[in-house]
Amino acid sequence: MTERYPGYDVLAKRWTQSWNEQTRRTIDRRLAMPVEPRFFSPAEWQTLGAVCERIMPQPKERAPVPLPAFVDQKMADGLRDGYRYAQLPPQGEAWRRGLAALDRAAHEADGAPYHRLLPERQDDLLRCMQRGELTGEAWGGMPCEMFFEHRVIPDITHAYYAHPVAWDEIGFGGPASPRGYVRMGLDRRDPWEAVEAAADNGAAARRKNARVG
Amino acid sequence: MPVSADPFAAPRAANGRAPDVFKRGAWVAMRQFADDEIVDFAVVGTGAGGAPLIAGLAEGGFSVVGFDAGPYFRPLEDFASDEREQEKLYWTDERVVDGANPLTMGGKNSGKAVGGSTVHFAMVSLRFRPEWFKSRSALGYGADWPLDWREMWDYYTRAEKALSISGPVNYPWGPKRPRYPYRAHELNGAAVLLARGAEAMGIKWTPTPLATVSAPRGQSPPCVYRGFCRFGCSTNAKQSQLVTFIPKALRAGAEIRDLAMVGRIEMGPGGCATGVHYRREGRWRFQKARNVVVAGYAIETPRLLLASATDRYPDGLGNSSGLVGKNLMTQSNQAVFGTMAQEVRWYKGPPSLAITEHWNYDDRKDFAGGYCWMAQGPLPVEWVTIQTSSRGLWGQALRDEMEKYNHQVGLKMVGEMLPDERNRVTLADEKDQYGLRVARVTYSWGDNDKSLITHALGQMQISLEAVGATNIFRQENDTNHLAGTARMGDNAATSVVNADCRSWDIPNLWVCDRSVFPTTGGVNPSLTITAIAMRTADRIRALAARGEL
Repeated sequence: MTERYPGYDVLAKRWTQSWNEQTRRTIDRRLAMPVEPRFFSPAEWQTLGAVCERIMPQPKERAPVPLPAFVDQKMADGLRDGYRYAQLPPQGEAWRRGLAALDRAAHEADGAPYHRLLPERQDDLLRCMQRGELTGEAWGGMPCEMFFEHRVIPDITHAYYAHPVAWDEIGFGGPASPRGYVRMGLDRRDPWEAVEAAADNGAAARRKNARVG
Repeated sequence: MPVSADPFAAPRAANGRAPDVFKRGAWVAMRQFADDEIVDFAVVGTGAGGAPLIAGLAEGGFSVVGFDAGPYFRPLEDFASDEREQEKLYWTDERVVDGANPLTMGGKNSGKAVGGSTVHFAMVSLRFRPEWFKSRSALGYGADWPLDWREMWDYYTRAEKALSISGPVNYPWGPKRPRYPYRAHELNGAAVLLARGAEAMGIKWTPTPLATVSAPRGQSPPCVYRGFCRFGCSTNAKQSQLVTFIPKALRAGAEIRDLAMVGRIEMGPGGCATGVHYRREGRWRFQKARNVVVAGYAIETPRLLLASATDRYPDGLGNSSGLVGKNLMTQSNQAVFGTMAQEVRWYKGPPSLAITEHWNYDDRKDFAGGYCWMAQGPLPVEWVTIQTSSRGLWGQALRDEMEKYNHQVGLKMVGEMLPDERNRVTLADEKDQYGLRVARVTYSWGDNDKSLITHALGQMQISLEAVGATNIFRQENDTNHLAGTARMGDNAATSVVNADCRSWDIPNLWVCDRSVFPTTGGVNPSLTITAIAMRTADRIRALAARGEL
């Protein structure tokens, strides 16, 4: 896969005027996220890991953002959204029930646990969940499409796009205090913002991105 | 550099001092009152409604204690440039949402901090269209307010001055208003595209009046366009209540109690409130007060009034009309997004630097109510929320779309939804961490709401097409802002409070937040809340002078 912002590393700005002390502390904690679960059981953890890989596949060339760990942290620390749909149980219970029900669906469809299925089959089951087609006692009355939309998707994708690795991929400026930005208009770039690779010249963008800071 | 203690661990406003929000580790003096000292006013909530009232009452010589369930933040030390870390500003206690169109809460619609949701609001500071104060008689829908727009026009001017609103010299719509106190901010790429689209459609646009300063003001430096504006402002350019009316209130002798959750209003045998029960530092306490003002916004305000029910008031306090908790209104907040060939980099600057209020002032429509739309600048976590909830994307398809981030452009509406008694706040059976019953929030859109949304989505799409955006998609399911659960009126049978925000039933009980709005209008609400709070402070002072308190 061609990188859109080759060589851009938002962390290179860590000691510039774009980052303050409280932001450095925040991002340091995120980068040091422990990868062992505190909330999920070993079986749930395996299923969750497989779900994360399908919802947010990551390039093989780098260490993955530990998405299951971020979901686990949210549940273990009780970091709530501030609202709950009446059809859904509290978030931790929703995850436990949903992962068990997905695993049950995998056994029923393919005779194997979810994390052992081929990626295409894993995707098939997620699509069924998204469309509201998974039913059965294991769901305990929880609509599977609501679990998918309001738990699976936000808990995994929010964790990913809160990570500096994702900011590098999409060319986001990242933390910006106290310096902020100066060049505001269309097609304007401050020297501390990512350079997009032109169709024919990724090398030039890479050279410029090495100087972003 | 000193590191201040965790704002959640223990109250900061204590021992005769409160945080100096403008200086690291510094303090300002704060007067304090004992629980058994009968204060003139106990105000529950310190946001856009509570804070100006607390300041105005203290300046009038009243003894005032302002309670907030959230912490007392120090912006320069506590606010990181980070979406997730800043979720600490939201009200994330459990709430149950249902109905045909359940409301999204949390980051939307709530703040739990001294200063309330103004600590993380997007700073858009607009006036109502004058006719909205009489929308039933002038426009044929909703309900009339017991306020006169000319009086409100004066309070808007005072609120804009108090918050040093940055805006245009001439505002394109409505009756004449003074020029804004500070010059308008420059446009970012997203705002330029709104302007071009509006001009192509032949409708007016303007730089958005914003509560972030474009030049120094007191200890606030000018905005540096860092773009984390829907979160805490780490430079104090944002004129939130935390850095404007709260410091003013302290100087005037008010006390602020942070991390203080009010759970019940106590009623005396004579039919008057006698004070509030609140939880602070792990125990329930009782503050005696001659007057109680509820300013907790449209969920917590009715929740507290309902939870304070007694044998004499079995349906909750101030509820002889049966309207406490009813007529909950939100605002339609749908959007249209597209992709530009140019780099927009919409994360720079306040997200809504340009606006068109055209459809708030043009009545050639086949539905009631109006709407505006503004430029957009979602940061990555918000953007992935929009991509997934609007398009159902995940996997590689989601990654591919997210990579276009710097080329995205969008327009987002703030639209009027009509009052409906079936949309309401009630108490669920389950309890929160304080042992209080959580709010159940029920919401369904009406046919008029849907017609308005359809119209707006079509108009915004035309604007995006006019500037050459491609790959256009709609965010059809989003709402924001709350109102209406303790409406004001001029008749005790059809409203909860009168024009002075005073309960019809209990003479020393007041409501001062957006719960009192009978209709919601097609603009962001905070400036109107603040204007009403400033008026209420004046009215209470006038009533007291006449011996009518």
